[in-house]
Amino acid sequence: MNGVHDMGGAMNFGPVVPERNEPPFHHEWERRAFAVTLAMGATGQWNLDQSRDARERTPPARYLASSYYRIWIAGLERLLLERRLVTRDELLDGQARTAPLPIANVLRADRVATVLARGASTQRERAAPALHRVGDVVRTRVVHPPTHTRLPRYCRGKRGTIVRVHGAHVFPDANARGQGEAPQWLYTVRFDAGELWGPDTTADAVFVDCWEPYLEASR
Amino acid sequence: MQGALPHDHLHSDDDPDTGSELSEMDARVRALESLLTAKGYIDPAALDKLIETYETKVGPHNGARVVAKAWMEPDFRKWLLADATAAIASLGYTGRQGEHIVALANTPRVHNMVVCTLCSCYPWPVLGLPPVWYKSAPYRARAVIDPRGVLADFGVTLPADVEVRVWDSTAEIRYLVLPERPPGTERWSEDQLAAIVTRDSMIGTGLPAMPGERAQEPA
Repeated sequence: MNGVHDMGGAMNFGPVVPERNEPPFHHEWERRAFAVTLAMGATGQWNLDQSRDARERTPPARYLASSYYRIWIAGLERLLLERRLVTRDELLDGQARTAPLPIANVLRADRVATVLARGASTQRERAAPALHRVGDVVRTRVVHPPTHTRLPRYCRGKRGTIVRVHGAHVFPDANARGQGEAPQWLYTVRFDAGELWGPDTTADAVFVDCWEPYLEASR
Repeated sequence: MQGALPHDHLHSDDDPDTGSELSEMDARVRALESLLTAKGYIDPAALDKLIETYETKVGPHNGARVVAKAWMEPDFRKWLLADATAAIASLGYTGRQGEHIVALANTPRVHNMVVCTLCSCYPWPVLGLPPVWYKSAPYRARAVIDPRGVLADFGVTLPADVEVRVWDSTAEIRYLVLPERPPGTERWSEDQLAAIVTRDSMIGTGLPAMPGERAQEPA
């Protein structure tokens, strides 16, 4: 989806403003927002790509005006409503009025350390061999999917070189739509900055991780 | 799928930086947490554990250990650059948002900078949770087109002949910059070295902080 979350190359946002000795969270509600999002993610009611997609569906003006964890909460509420895990009325005052849906994996405190340390690898087996090898010149496709994708707009239709093959990984475009993990080969592609931006850049090269369906062979 | 959330019409998001967001978000997240707890979807004790982990255990001090060891031990450096996930796991840093890590070595000729233009992908096991600026529009927008301008915001100027490479974390590959070891540190211990490895130097927006210079961000 061509959303405002896809920010690479946008202008007029002002300088980057680092904060000295920045704490992990700035408010108590940010702590709880972070943890409640992770805990609900651990229930397996949606996958990582669906949670990213839900945040990206925040309307553009609201997305840009929202702090980071506000976007997380908006995404979480959206997912909970869409899956009928909660109702709108319930969200308003926090009072449960309907029976809960059965949830198999509730994250318990004694499992947190194990679950975090294990993580969730996205690498998968794929029967088909990789189409590209390190050194191959490729071109990213010109596509504008209305749904979640990880191919930023600034590097569509651009020529680059494969610099690394990462094996097959869960394909976000399919996974976000609930179409299964549909693993695809994943590559790191090096783009000359001039290919992306012409003369208007201070970068020399930009590297983007691209799944095979994002790429076509080029010369 | 796209629909107004219950809170969309109850609250003004016109200025999320005012104190009103604090109380509004505080109430909203409290309601959400108590609702999900009442439904049996989450365990509040697990939330405490999640917060504690990222406030006290996981942070850039982990990454600083990795970098210091790579500076001290050529074999570890080689391993880190060949298979960062395994090399880093050997120090006990594994898991969520660090399942697949690639280390990028800065040299006198090459400077690497990491961004996630689409959201906020970041190597949690070695750097902890990302700072606000990393997740903010100014950084996500500008890093890929004007990395030297971003470096200037951090007070860093690189020689014109240094190749600036920007890595956009579009997949589940997480990047850790291995900064150059500052001259004059040849006889230092690993602990002394780790103390000068700043978080920003491992993102590529800063350099190691030599004593006498004020660290931009203590690791």
